[in-house]
Amino acid sequence: MDNLTATAFKIRQDILDTVVNCKAGHIGGDFSVTDILTTLYFQQMRIDPLQPKDPNRDRLILSKGHSVEALYAVLANRGFFPLEDLKLVSAYGSKYIGHPTTKVNGIEANSGSLGHGLSVGVGMALAGQMDQAPYRVYIVMGDGELAEGSVWEGAMAASHYQLDNLCAVIDRNGLQISGPTEDVMGHENLEARWTAFGWHVIKAAGNSTEAMNTAFELAKTIKGQPTVIIAETIKGYGVSFMENAAPWHHKVPNAEEYHLATAELAAKRGAAL
Amino acid sequence: MNYKVNFTNEKEKRAMKDVFGATVAKMGEDPKFVYLDADLMSSIGTKKWADAHPTQAYNVGVSEANLAGMAAGLASSGLKPLAHTFGPFASRRCYDQVYLSIGYTKNDVIMIGSDAGVTAAYNGGTHMPFEDMALYRAIPHATVIDVTDSAMLENVLPKLLDMKGLKYVRLGRKEVLGVYEAGADFEVGKAALVKDGSDVAIIACGIMVAEALKAAAVLEAEGIKALVLDMFTVKPIDAEAVIAAAKKTGAIVTAENHNVIGGLGSAVADVLVKNTPVPMEMVGVQDEFGQVGPQDFLQNFYGLTSEVIVEKVKAVIARK
Repeated sequence: MDNLTATAFKIRQDILDTVVNCKAGHIGGDFSVTDILTTLYFQQMRIDPLQPKDPNRDRLILSKGHSVEALYAVLANRGFFPLEDLKLVSAYGSKYIGHPTTKVNGIEANSGSLGHGLSVGVGMALAGQMDQAPYRVYIVMGDGELAEGSVWEGAMAASHYQLDNLCAVIDRNGLQISGPTEDVMGHENLEARWTAFGWHVIKAAGNSTEAMNTAFELAKTIKGQPTVIIAETIKGYGVSFMENAAPWHHKVPNAEEYHLATAELAAKRGAAL
Repeated sequence: MNYKVNFTNEKEKRAMKDVFGATVAKMGEDPKFVYLDADLMSSIGTKKWADAHPTQAYNVGVSEANLAGMAAGLASSGLKPLAHTFGPFASRRCYDQVYLSIGYTKNDVIMIGSDAGVTAAYNGGTHMPFEDMALYRAIPHATVIDVTDSAMLENVLPKLLDMKGLKYVRLGRKEVLGVYEAGADFEVGKAALVKDGSDVAIIACGIMVAEALKAAAVLEAEGIKALVLDMFTVKPIDAEAVIAAAKKTGAIVTAENHNVIGGLGSAVADVLVKNTPVPMEMVGVQDEFGQVGPQDFLQNFYGLTSEVIVEKVKAVIARK
């Protein structure tokens, strides 16, 4: 198997193909979260694609559900379903719809209406605590999503119940659909906000699989409180003309853009090998 | 189903909240049962049991969206959650979470909304749900139940624990007029015939079943034989029972402690227009917000009384 970084660039190509094929998707957020998901599914999480309902499996909820193409591509590459199924994403009647659904093997929760994932994860982590089960629960949120009040209800509960089996990740790319998060609804002192809610906070370079891996290892050692990893990412990471450009939140590449992006991803994958 | 009607127009000795608390304690014998509340355990009679069972009962504080989300996560992890708060907060306040994380995701959760309709009394309009059944009815495959009395509560609530999907139960907290003898057995989704008759059918739920029986007695004295059906499962509605009642009597009056828009009246009308159109009248809140007052004042104010049912019965018979 490729190393994690190379795998992440391969997965980006699958995401690109998926978005171009179905002429829809959220490629900017997909690319910013790819390294986070790749690190989790290929290195960190105790999962078995052949036993997706194992009671002791680690769980992940992609609360920023609009980045579903990234999750589909990661799950397909990890063996939860055939890679060819990525061609069915957003096809009429397909189960691979535009936001995560539990109809798809390996997906733990329906998400897409933002701000739901954390509380559902609190329930899962609490169940794990009650059953003394060994699993960990990962909740991946966007930074724009943090404007949802329900995120903070979940944040309070997670620390109240001392859920050290819960790890939240914020894909902190600084952009949301209409522009910079700090212009739309600012998150100044983000670290202090989570600390004040009783969480252990780790900052990490979110587009580095190595840095993310280190952060997840550290999170496992934190006891008595949940951990949030503020993953500092670049929206559109991996394709230079998509990086840090708000329109690529949900733009579909044209033929020329597709070829440019493919060449760049291949070069970066090659360099990582 | 196996029940005996024993209506004496007297309030029960036990408050519904005490019956609820005792029933929850019994359900707690199932190790997979987990109870969640948004800081209203002392209002619904569960605090004592909850305090004694800290690993099975969680007060999540005043955070209803979190309440529903946590219930979803617990259910998806193999536990059997029941979550309670007052009706407006169990519906409006967490609707998106209930709709998506419980309903759409097919998690098996019991949601309880207490202080149904005018039983919220002194808490006033903010706390008076006339729309909770309408909201829950709009969630695909949800089960919606308006509890009639303590015998029904004791029997029906434990049955929901192993039923699939989202179940919403609304109930009052105080003493209600008893309708059934203790030990009654009901079937979720099947209406209970509480009085037979041939001139008109009164289809009621919740506290309005007792009002319907009072009305039926008044009508009987005037020579009008009213059939009374307890449609405690408002969704899925017992369409067969509605159609049979319409065919037998030729006139229907519904009675509910809820807005007539989206509640029992709407559900019965849906069945009638598609199958057996007969004249119909609806007793219920006529598209109004709640307000403050003792329950009897509110029942008079909104027309949720046996007197109004009698009026509507006469009106509907005149339309036959």
